[in-house]
Amino acid sequence: MNSTPILSLKDVDKNFGGLTAVDRLNMQVFAGQICGLIGPNGAGKTTVFNLITGVYPCEAGAIHLSNREITSSKPHRITRLGVARTFQTIRLFANLTTWEHLLIAQSFLTRAGVGRRLLPDRQREKELKAEAQEILSLLDLWEDRQRKAVTLPYGSQRKVEIARALATRPKLLLLDEPAAGMNMRETEDLLHIIAKIHAQKQNMAILVIDHDMDFVMQICEYIFVLNFGIKITEGTPDAIQQDEKVKEAYLGKEE
Amino acid sequence: MSIYHLDIISALGINILLALSVYCPMVTGQLSIGNAGFMAIGAYITAMLTVHLHMPLLPALIAAGIVAGIIGLLVGFPALRLKGIFLAMATLAFGEIVRNFFMNFLEPLTGGAYGFRGIGSDPISVFWIWGWVIFFLIFLHFLSRSRMGLAMLATHDDETVSELMGINIVRLKIGAFGLGASIAGVGGGLFAHYYLYIEPEFFNVWKSIYMVLFVIMGGMLTFWGSIMGAAIFTLLPEFTRILHDWRGAFFGLVIIVLMIIRPSGILTRDMFRWDFWRPSLKGAKP
Amino acid sequence: MFLQQLFNGIMLGSTYALIAISFTLLMGVLNMLNFAIGELFMLGAIIGLTFVNFGMSFYVAFPLAMICSGCACLIIERFSFRPLRNAPPLVPLLSTMGFSILIGSTAENIWGSERSQFPQWIEPIDFHIGSVLISSTELIILAAAVIIMIGLDLFIQRTRIGRGMRAVAENIDTASILGVDSNLIIPVTFFASGALAGASGILFGLSFSIVSPFMGMQPGIKGIAAMIVGGMGNIRGAIVGGMLIGIIEVLSVGYLGATAKDFAVYGVLFLALVVRPQGILGMLQTERERI
Repeated sequence: MNSTPILSLKDVDKNFGGLTAVDRLNMQVFAGQICGLIGPNGAGKTTVFNLITGVYPCEAGAIHLSNREITSSKPHRITRLGVARTFQTIRLFANLTTWEHLLIAQSFLTRAGVGRRLLPDRQREKELKAEAQEILSLLDLWEDRQRKAVTLPYGSQRKVEIARALATRPKLLLLDEPAAGMNMRETEDLLHIIAKIHAQKQNMAILVIDHDMDFVMQICEYIFVLNFGIKITEGTPDAIQQDEKVKEAYLGKEE
Repeated sequence: MSIYHLDIISALGINILLALSVYCPMVTGQLSIGNAGFMAIGAYITAMLTVHLHMPLLPALIAAGIVAGIIGLLVGFPALRLKGIFLAMATLAFGEIVRNFFMNFLEPLTGGAYGFRGIGSDPISVFWIWGWVIFFLIFLHFLSRSRMGLAMLATHDDETVSELMGINIVRLKIGAFGLGASIAGVGGGLFAHYYLYIEPEFFNVWKSIYMVLFVIMGGMLTFWGSIMGAAIFTLLPEFTRILHDWRGAFFGLVIIVLMIIRPSGILTRDMFRWDFWRPSLKGAKP
Repeated sequence: MFLQQLFNGIMLGSTYALIAISFTLLMGVLNMLNFAIGELFMLGAIIGLTFVNFGMSFYVAFPLAMICSGCACLIIERFSFRPLRNAPPLVPLLSTMGFSILIGSTAENIWGSERSQFPQWIEPIDFHIGSVLISSTELIILAAAVIIMIGLDLFIQRTRIGRGMRAVAENIDTASILGVDSNLIIPVTFFASGALAGASGILFGLSFSIVSPFMGMQPGIKGIAAMIVGGMGNIRGAIVGGMLIGIIEVLSVGYLGATAKDFAVYGVLFLALVVRPQGILGMLQTERERI
C-alpha cells in the first residue's frame, strides 16, 4: 500500500456561528481502501464531506489530496483533481437521461475551450463514450441509459448518481448515506454494486457515510467514528464493534 | 401566394427569432423579460446604419447583432448573481431603460418618440427573414446536441451540482444571455426593414412578455418549442377572427388554462425520444 | 421649488406605496408575484369611475370599487394560485401574466381605449404651507392613503387574521399546526391585495386626472420596483420603497426634465438589484445550499 494517503485531514476545525461542527479532526484514507465514517445524527459527518469537497471553508487545519493541499480550493477545482461525491438526498438533473448524466460529468475531461465544445475532438470523444458505456454496464444501468433519470426507481437513481460520480474519474469517491431510503433488496443491490466498483477500480479510495451499521460493517475495511464533531475512535469493523466508546455514543452511557 | 400570407409568414419568422432569443437564457435557468430592449437596439442600429450611412443590409444586421450581443454580455454579467424574480425584474428594468433611451436621445437620428420613418423604400423579402431563422435554427441545433448544450440544460436543472462537475456556470450563463441578445437584435433589425417604421413604444414590456409567452407555450426546454409557440401566437389570431377584439382576452385565457393543464408547454423534451412514443415493453422494474 | 417637488413626490409615492404593499402582501405571505396587480389597480379606478358616472356618491363608489378589485383578485387566487401550489414559481407568475392580458383586453373592450377622468367631487381649496401649494383634494387623497396604510398595519399587527397572515408568511406548515386556518388566510390576503390595488388606482386617478384601460402597466411595474427597493415581503419596506420611487420620479422630472423620469426610476431599480437585492428594509434569506 502506498505510504502517502489519498486523503488526509489534519487538525481540521469547522464552526457554524458558535457551534463546533468538527473539532481537530485527523483522518487518513489510502488508495484502494473502502472506509466508513459513522456516528450518531448530527455528529458532523456530512460536514466533513462538505469540507473535503470545498463547499465549506474550514476554520483551521489542512486537507490534502495525495500531496496536494486542497484546504481552500474551490469545489469545481476539487472535482477536477479527483474527488467525486454523491449526496444524502439524490440530486439528479431533472431533464437529463442517464446517459446524459455521465456525459455531463465528463465535461471537464474533454478539456475543450468554448469554440471546441461545439466541434468535438473525435478521438477523445470516442474514449469518453466507451468509458461511460463501461461504467453504465458495471452498474447494470445500460438498458436505462435513454430514460430520464428521475423516472427510474429509487435504487436505480442512486446508482445513476454513483455512475455520474465515477464518470469524473475520481481518485476518491465520497458516498453520503447511499443506502438512505432503500428497502432490503435495494440495499443488497447497492452493496453488491459498491463491491463490484471496488474490485474494478482498485486504486480508487471510497469513503462511505451511513447510519446503517450493518451496511457499513459489511462493506468497509476501516472505520472512523465521529461524535459531536470529534473522532472518538477508528479501526477495523471488528475492533469498532467491541469498542465501548462507540456503544456509548450510539446508545448513551450505561447507568 | 398572396401578400397577406407572405405577411403572416414574415411575422412568423420574426416571432420565431424573438422566441429563440428568450429561449437561450431560459435554458440556462434565466428568465429575461427585457429582450424587447435588445430587439430595439438591433432595430435602431440597423436602421441608422442603412438609412444614414447607406450600409447594405447584411453587414448592418451583423453589426447590430454583435452590438446587441455585447450589450447582452455586459448586462448579463452583473445580473449573474440574481436569481428568479430578481433577475426578471432587472431585465425588465433594462428593457425599459432602453425604450426610454430611444424615446429621449438620438432624436435627430431616430425621430425619438415620434418614430423612425422611411427605413428603406421596400420591405425586405420574406427570404431575408427566413434565411436568418434557418441560420439560427441550425446553429442552435448543433449547440443543443453538443456538450455545451447539455451543460446548459444541466445548469438549468441544478446549478450547484453542475458547478461541482466542473462546468463553468458563469461563462455559460453570460454566454447564453449574450446569444439571446444577439438573436433579438437581428430580429429587431429584420423587423425594422420589413415594416419600414419603428418607434420606441413597439419595444415595451408587453413585447418582452409576449416573447416569453411564446417560449412558455411552445415548450421551454427545446428550441422547437419556441417555433411552436411563435407559430401559435402568430397564427392564432387568424384562426380566431370571429372573436374580433376579444382575441387578446382569449389569448390571456389560453395562457391561464395552459399553466393549469400543461405548464411545461406543448412540446417537451421527452417527445423527442423514441421511447416516449412506444409503450414500454419492459414493464415496471420490481 | 424643491419642497413643492418633494410634496408632489410624496403624493405620487403614497399611491406607489399602496400598490407596492399590494404586491408585497402576496409575496411575503404566499411567495407569489402577482403580475396582474397593475390591472387590478386600473380596474379599481375604472370601476370607481363607472359607479360615479352612474350617479353614485364618491363615498360609496370607492369602497365598492375596492371590493370589486378585491373580488377580482379572488378569481386570480382560484386559477393562478390554488391549482399551481406545487408548480415551480415561474408558473403562477406566467399565469398572472395571462390574467394581466385578459383583464387589460377585456377592460379595453368594455370601456373603450380613450382616457377619461373623475369628475370634480369637492371644491378644491388651495392651501399654502410656506412655499408649497397644496390643494384640498390632494390633502384628502394623502390622508386616505395614510389611513389605509395605518389601518393595514394595525390589521396585520393586532387582529387574529393579521397574525395568521404573519404566521403563514413564516412557514405555512407550522402555521397550520398552530391552528391557523390557511383556507381563510389565503383568500383574505388575496382580497386585501386586490382591494389595496384598487384603492391605489382610485387615488392615482384622482390625483392625476387619468383613468384609462392602459393606466395600470407603468404603476404596476413601479409597484414591483418599490417592493424590491424597499424589501420584499415587508409592508413598511413597501411604504418606504413606494415613497422613494415616487420622490425620485418627481424630482427627476423637475430637475432633469420629463425625459429622465423613467430612466431614473428604472436605473435605481437596476442598481438596487445589482447592489442590494434584499432592499432597504429586507433581509434576504439567502438560500444556503444545503448539500
